[in-house]
Amino acid sequence: MKYIDEFHDPELARRLLDEIHATVTRPWALMEVCGGQTHSIIRHGIDQLLPESLELIHGPGCPVCVTPLEMIDKALEIASRPGVVFCSFGDMLRVPGSGRDLFRVRAEGGDVRVVYSPLDALDIARREPDREVVFFGIGFETTAPANAMAVHEARRLGVRNFSLLVSHVRVPPAVEAIMRAPDCRVQAFLAAGHVCSVMGTAEYPELAERHRVPMVVTGFEPLDILEGVRRAVRQLESGEHRVENAYPRAVRAEGNPAALERIAEVFEITDRSWRGIGTIPDSGWRLAPAFRAYDAEHRFEVGDLRTAEPAACRSGEVLQGLIKPHECEAFGTVCTPRSALGATMVSSEGACAAYYLYRRLKAPAPADRAERPRPTGQAEPTGRPAPADREPVRSGRPAQPAVKEATRLG
Amino acid sequence: MAEPTTPAVVDPTAWTCPAPLRDHPTVVLGHGGGGALSAELMEHLFVPAYGNETLAGLGDSAAVTLGGARLAFSTDSYVVRPLFFPGGGIGDLAVNGTVNDLAMSGARAAYLSCAFILEEGVELSVVGKVAQAIGTAAAAAEVTVATGDTKVVDSGHGDGVYVNTSGIGLVPEGVDIRPQRAAPGDVVIVSGPIGLHGIAIMSVREGLEFGVEEIVSDTAPLGGLVAAMLAVTRDLHVLRDPTRGGVAASLNEIATASGAGIVLTERDVPVPDAVGAACGFLGLDPLYVANEGRLLAVVPRAEAEAVLAAMRAHPQGAGATVIGECVAEHPGMVVARTPLGGSRVVDLPLGEQLPRIC
Repeated sequence: MKYIDEFHDPELARRLLDEIHATVTRPWALMEVCGGQTHSIIRHGIDQLLPESLELIHGPGCPVCVTPLEMIDKALEIASRPGVVFCSFGDMLRVPGSGRDLFRVRAEGGDVRVVYSPLDALDIARREPDREVVFFGIGFETTAPANAMAVHEARRLGVRNFSLLVSHVRVPPAVEAIMRAPDCRVQAFLAAGHVCSVMGTAEYPELAERHRVPMVVTGFEPLDILEGVRRAVRQLESGEHRVENAYPRAVRAEGNPAALERIAEVFEITDRSWRGIGTIPDSGWRLAPAFRAYDAEHRFEVGDLRTAEPAACRSGEVLQGLIKPHECEAFGTVCTPRSALGATMVSSEGACAAYYLYRRLKAPAPADRAERPRPTGQAEPTGRPAPADREPVRSGRPAQPAVKEATRLG
Repeated sequence: MAEPTTPAVVDPTAWTCPAPLRDHPTVVLGHGGGGALSAELMEHLFVPAYGNETLAGLGDSAAVTLGGARLAFSTDSYVVRPLFFPGGGIGDLAVNGTVNDLAMSGARAAYLSCAFILEEGVELSVVGKVAQAIGTAAAAAEVTVATGDTKVVDSGHGDGVYVNTSGIGLVPEGVDIRPQRAAPGDVVIVSGPIGLHGIAIMSVREGLEFGVEEIVSDTAPLGGLVAAMLAVTRDLHVLRDPTRGGVAASLNEIATASGAGIVLTERDVPVPDAVGAACGFLGLDPLYVANEGRLLAVVPRAEAEAVLAAMRAHPQGAGATVIGECVAEHPGMVVARTPLGGSRVVDLPLGEQLPRIC
């Protein structure tokens, strides 16, 4: 397919890989921010082709993974109500809340529908005026414009039976939080290309300068990823820390003005809780006061829900790059893709699910987290030496780590 | 924390082997998706309840001996929505699906039964159109619809037209085709481009259009193609039609049943441009998309060239190509070699493939 096939060319990939191998002289840790990039890296086996000393840390940019538990529970609560049509992107249906998921709600009689766009949900609201249609508006800056557009259109068309359950998150405050974490190992970022195609790059130079960290706006096809990595290691090796745009066919410095205008109209910045990580200041969007009537949380009065995250789940540490998935005690035993404790094991973009598959390939024997340190010569799933000893601390961990971790992060 | 993440409604002591089912105490759509959930339902609920060795083979069709004859026997229900789609309809699927299940045992379908479950209020012209399609498809597949049944359910208790077909056919002498027979060294062949049926259905169901060309379902009977392959050699190890769950699910079933590892060379897998584009838009993987007129063949390396030539000489196998091989490494697992030179595990899908958010 035009504009896709060109970015899969094995010969060009080889040349980029050669250049990366020739450039890298010591260990570096890069974080790819976006879950779409993680997916592409795993899908194409890119991580296995990079130099041993180059570590890719999977970032928190998987919207399915970071949508907070309380928001999933609110979704489950609203979707269970009679008269509600609950619309969502497909991969949210399998994300566990406190005890069940949207698939279960559907099996129990809830009207849960997969749509490809919030505007499709708005169409359902117009076609079925006697039902309350709710769209689960999650995601990063990428999905925000369409969600904003749906609400804008609902108001313009006078559609009153449509509302949005909003749990939007923003990348720059998350990058800030990651860099301020005391045990942060990230030395460069592959910034999320599609986020930047909406937002532009204006938010990044200050972050790059203050944290002295290269930030390369990177796309999603294999050659895009390799070009992002190549530019990042070139900066690292020469001691630079600039913002570079390695995805110019989609990203302009000023972003997408029409999308930005719609976001500014419909949303306002708010603190947002990230699943497993905690609350990060100014890291989300909610509906602006003028659009409060379209806020599903408001309409269905689901303010105070008791949530219960499985204590064994350490997805928060995984999302921050503090531990590798297989270092979690639950990994591969009580937590597998078919019975996931955390969202990182559910989404195909989630680091835990990706590791689960890869680990089975490298070490078909059952999970062996107990043995540590790893015997010499036995590669861990990335083929790299295990990171510095990190004593698991979960046994005494409180069930509600959000506040504590937020203090540390924020 | 003591609370389980999923409350167990099923009483675990009152059931044969309920453990994996406890995560889903009610039926979810994924139980019919042809993936891991379907497999668990079979393994832990149906097989223990019916308890016999014929069923435990879990092939697309069962091979049974009756009065000295070896028969392949299979049944399948069709609940597709919409009833008609580019390239076919529920009638074509109902015939070709069962004919193909029999063909995967090496049998040429001889007789079909055909049962309708109709919803009160469905227009008779629709039922007639489905019946006509069944007749046409049966003639094309050279199979006789020998018996049938019709039931009507209250309005709102069905989705228009459901069809069940069962079929029997003779398994030729000396033929032993089953997933357990895949062995290291065998070659994996696909009979043509993949993903067309699933994307054709999605394009009409979701109102999506991909590119300039219309995507047409590949629904077709495969009995003739299999006969042509058997004319070359009786020693076909495995045949599988990759329907629900696609090529990925079928290869995983073969790997699990045989204990062989399977390596796919991803760049050799024939994915039509339009299917690739649609999957790109929706965040789907063509390896998991359903086919209705394709087969996967696992054959001894020594026979591969002759089988491939016979397939390419047949209309249903014109696009046949080698996509991988069975290996001794990673037993029971399917691994794809990516065009860049990396590799990834191709896992059994859990249930329905879900479009990704980004």
